[in-house]
Amino acid sequence: MYVIGERINGMFQDVRKAIRKRDQGIVQDLARRQLAAGAQALDLNVGPASAKPIEAMLWLVETVRAVADAPLCIDSPKFEVQEQVIPRVPGPKIINSTKADEADLERFMALAVEHNASLVGLTIDQAGVPASAEKRVEMGAMIASKALEKGLPMERLFIDPIILPVNVAPQQPGNVLLALAQLKLLADPPPHLVLGLSNVSQNCSNRELVNRTYLVMALAAGMDSAIMDPLDTELMNAAITTELLQGKTIYCDSFLDAHKMRSQDRKS
Amino acid sequence: MKAKDTAQQWTAAINEVTIGAKSSEGGTRGKTVTIGGAKTIPWLGYEGPVGRRPTIAVEVRDAGAEAWPEELRKQYGSVLKDPAAWARRAIELGADLVCLRLSGTHPDMGNRSADEAAATVKAVLKAVEVPLIIWGCGVEDKDNTVLPKCSEAVKGENCLLGSITQKNYRTLVAAALADGHKLIAESPLDINIAKQTNILAHDVGFPLENLVIFPTTAALGYGFEYVYSIMERSRLAGLGGDRLLMQPVLCDVGTEAWRAKEATAGEESLPGFGPAPERGVLWETLTATNYLQAGADLLIMRHPQAVAAVRKAIDRLCAPAKG
Repeated sequence: MYVIGERINGMFQDVRKAIRKRDQGIVQDLARRQLAAGAQALDLNVGPASAKPIEAMLWLVETVRAVADAPLCIDSPKFEVQEQVIPRVPGPKIINSTKADEADLERFMALAVEHNASLVGLTIDQAGVPASAEKRVEMGAMIASKALEKGLPMERLFIDPIILPVNVAPQQPGNVLLALAQLKLLADPPPHLVLGLSNVSQNCSNRELVNRTYLVMALAAGMDSAIMDPLDTELMNAAITTELLQGKTIYCDSFLDAHKMRSQDRKS
Repeated sequence: MKAKDTAQQWTAAINEVTIGAKSSEGGTRGKTVTIGGAKTIPWLGYEGPVGRRPTIAVEVRDAGAEAWPEELRKQYGSVLKDPAAWARRAIELGADLVCLRLSGTHPDMGNRSADEAAATVKAVLKAVEVPLIIWGCGVEDKDNTVLPKCSEAVKGENCLLGSITQKNYRTLVAAALADGHKLIAESPLDINIAKQTNILAHDVGFPLENLVIFPTTAALGYGFEYVYSIMERSRLAGLGGDRLLMQPVLCDVGTEAWRAKEATAGEESLPGFGPAPERGVLWETLTATNYLQAGADLLIMRHPQAVAAVRKAIDRLCAPAKG
């Protein structure tokens, strides 16, 4: 699976402080550690309280690029931010994210195609987060056909069917699994299917257990990517073990160690 | 509407392993041999590079050839008693490498000492210009005293030493690291153990890129298909990026083919099977050529006519496509 490390997010106190004080060390340490733990890409999020999001995001990009060549997932729903930042990200990048309405898709996709970026499309529209699996699939289909129309290849498209916390939305985890299974059939090759995994356990107890369990369920349903915490060893082990059980890797007794040898970003 | 191009792009290539060292590299070989490098399924050249030409090592022993079938002994005659002369004969047959099996060090087959073995290794090395494979007797304790001594005796020659297993690898890994040799990683018809052996070697500092996988070999009629399926699964996993199965593969064809009853039994006991001498040659030849279809990078062989036939087959597989 394609692991996008979630840790460099201004929601976390250490990152918020680092951004405010422009302390590169803390951010670079998080970048290195996430990649060493098996992340293939790094999400960068300045957090909700940022006064100057564009500047802060550009600082995060520069800071992380100094120590890592891995794809950077620029996490902002605002087109104005993406428009200013994406052209200035050296190396591979992911626009995270656009909603599934016509106007947004039009401009976000153009940006992705023009700058050779990947794009995360959320199955949310003006009406908000859909309750049903069907509505998610409908929006996913819209995103996929827009991508085909605009010339964005499926390998560079990530569809996120939006997972909500299980305590406030008990039906949603199940509906997302149904949506994943159907979204996988949208195209051949299919677009990537991604979730912001930690959201499933927001404000719940036993967060790691909930995240880990849902990760396995979602992988089995067809998800192939997640924005998640690679520093949660048990979470990463669950992902590795799921892929083994899906027949994606051949077993050996040291199968957990074997996986660590697979993904190694040299620069980090 | 244009038909979709079905050619498959593999994300990884099989490792290339070079055996032997010329004088500029610290050895005494006239030439080196490089195996591996395929970036596609065996021989599917239109999808990608098929890799290096498969190589043939001819087997030489320091003892035990008296027990070989008559048909084989007849081919070699008196050189069977002299490993250096035998090695020179192997070159005449067109061997790309010599595979020296130290069977004489086996406790039940002469129990030759580490020093005696090392002397044989040096003599064989001196007799030929091609790279050398040095394989122990298969008894762990004995190999762990003999092989390090031999490894040291040919330090810098970049030989291929055999073999490490899941249970017995530390001694030989240490010797190969100290003396600059490549290693054969052996597993008993088990792809999981093949991966595990490689990761164990890696964990004590041996580079994965310096390993050659030996999945154990079975002759035609004696489990050939099972080994083929293991080689096939390994090759697909390696091409898909599994670093623990990205190694080139060797097949011990001569040993296995000539153990088969079909290789040697007379027509009286196998009516309808045809005359024995030709049959043995065919058994070895076909075991080898069929393993080429599974991606075998190095074949260890015995009968001169089988060697010749397999070389011709390799020539044809490697010839540039016509039209």
